[in-house]
Amino acid sequence: MTDLSPALEVRDLVVRYGERTVLAGVDMSVPAGEIRVILGGSGSGKSTLLKGILGLTDLSGGEVNLLGQPMVGLPESERRRLMQRVGVLFQNGALFGSLTVGENVALPLREHRRLPEGAIRELVRSKLAQVSMSHAEHLYPSELSGGMKKRAGLARALALDPEVLFCDEPSAGLDPQTSLNLDNLLLQLRDRLGVTVVIVTHELASIEGIADSLIMIGAGRVIAEGPVAEVRRRGIPQVDDFFARMVKADAQATVSAAALLGLQPDRGGA
Amino acid sequence: MEAAISRTPKPLTATEVPAPPGQPQLWQLSGALDAGTAADLQRRLSRQLHKQAGTLQIDLRGLTDLDAAGAATLVDLWRLGQARGVDVQVAGAESSILEKLQQFQVSPSLAPEPPPVGTFEALGDAAWANALALRDFIVLAADVTVGSVEALLRPHRLRWGALAQQASLMGSQALGIVGLITFLIGLTLAFQSAYQLRQFGAAIYVATLTAISMVREMGPLITAILVAGRSGSSITSEVATMKVGEEIDALHVMGIPFVDFVAVPKLLAMLITVPLLTVLADVLGILGGWIVGMVYLDLAPRPYLQKTVDALVAKDLATGLFKSAVFAWGIALIGLYYGAGVRGGAQEVGRATTASVVSGIFFIIVADSLFSILFYVVLG
Repeated sequence: MTDLSPALEVRDLVVRYGERTVLAGVDMSVPAGEIRVILGGSGSGKSTLLKGILGLTDLSGGEVNLLGQPMVGLPESERRRLMQRVGVLFQNGALFGSLTVGENVALPLREHRRLPEGAIRELVRSKLAQVSMSHAEHLYPSELSGGMKKRAGLARALALDPEVLFCDEPSAGLDPQTSLNLDNLLLQLRDRLGVTVVIVTHELASIEGIADSLIMIGAGRVIAEGPVAEVRRRGIPQVDDFFARMVKADAQATVSAAALLGLQPDRGGA
Repeated sequence: MEAAISRTPKPLTATEVPAPPGQPQLWQLSGALDAGTAADLQRRLSRQLHKQAGTLQIDLRGLTDLDAAGAATLVDLWRLGQARGVDVQVAGAESSILEKLQQFQVSPSLAPEPPPVGTFEALGDAAWANALALRDFIVLAADVTVGSVEALLRPHRLRWGALAQQASLMGSQALGIVGLITFLIGLTLAFQSAYQLRQFGAAIYVATLTAISMVREMGPLITAILVAGRSGSSITSEVATMKVGEEIDALHVMGIPFVDFVAVPKLLAMLITVPLLTVLADVLGILGGWIVGMVYLDLAPRPYLQKTVDALVAKDLATGLFKSAVFAWGIALIGLYYGAGVRGGAQEVGRATTASVVSGIFFIIVADSLFSILFYVVLG
């Protein structure tokens, strides 16, 4: 990507629900072609930040620039055109229950591209193959496991070859092998196609392997932002706490997840 | 690890230490302050709080054990004291007890309780919420109605597959029940009117009465109520499930309008099926009356039907079908509105579905009354 302007820019984003302030002025800027992780505990406002960026919740203040276009006040037809350059993987896949996996992936293609049916079918197969879901093309979402739904959701998010990909908790509930495959896929998308990836997560596993930089949200504000190693070096108490807690939880959860990260799991006790 | 298999209750004693005048009131605790003893202490000390002012000191030196209930009781006593202007202090806790206090994380500086809402404020809030809900409904109704007209004007944009699927679902779902119920209603109507009309030797007018009641009133009304119960509820639960599963968010970020993708096919399907079901209802209701006429009143089949045809004018059928189309519009939009308005989790889906059916039936009956006035009083 030769474009030097950031793929995503958020300025002073404020979200209030009634009298409760969920986001109290968040700034962030994601250069094109970067993998950025938005990190935070539950209730930190990280999911609301994602919703705010995507226009899924009303903003009480601030600006969002996506691929150089302001999201606030953008006419609906323009917004729809802009969203064709963006892919979103929702937490549980958000597949349409009345459509098969293949039809789900085909939906954005049918909606926004004038392609012959044969080409659509080939595209759907290639997207499903990317996420190792070829066998599930004709299954309905109700027949899939949680991890499979997520992968199918990713295939749908990639259908239009987006320039920016948003992922909400992509590795939560995935087994370590699938999680690793997902990480590799995201890295490939970034390296080969210059896709900008924004990941919202509370899991350490998604962070260290692939993230270029992270932004940590706590209590509706930015606690830290920057390259992962640098942020960890800075010794910000909340960040340290978070990493310490997550390492412990991961060590307890699975040995292979820890091995994946190059950590030595504590074999002595739980 | 040592496991406690049985637990012998440990007693707690609270002794009031006589304090010299001007000194804070002092209570010494010894034993275990836990779930078994906390209630007793709470009772005794809160009685004390009512009697005194100034400072009440609780000495924890003799405490051997403390659990979450005990810690919560101490905080509760502090809170009670605050309300009565008594400063409740805790002193002399050993480090093991202090650690437990910290472990349970009962901190007196918790978030303040929300102030109670007054009657008028609650009334105002409810009225405002209703006004906002009405506004949301009107916006949705306008969007979907305009979207439907646009789709009909530009048929290549209409999702014919979804429309056909929805219409056949709604129709086939309701066909049996609508047919059976309206047949029975026609039967009952004929029975009831026959009982009266026979006394005047006017039994043949059962035909007129049944036909007009069915076509003008019962056909559209009963059909609409049944459809509200079956298809209106299924619209709400489907849309609500989509909402909970972030499918509607997914449509939004894919740049696919919810109105075109979900709402328009449902509204149009409803507008096609309900009038068709109403025609079926009219026919079966009249059939019910006809059977009563033949079997119970010994009327000849042919004159009965002749009388039926004579009694009905085009206006009856037209107003009946017009009404059923309006009912269909209302059922579909109310179903969509309640579905799209779901916030939170899966338990909200059921609540929304119930609310949708109740509102749908309410709408049908109110609209029906207004139409009766409009068609037969105002327009004569």
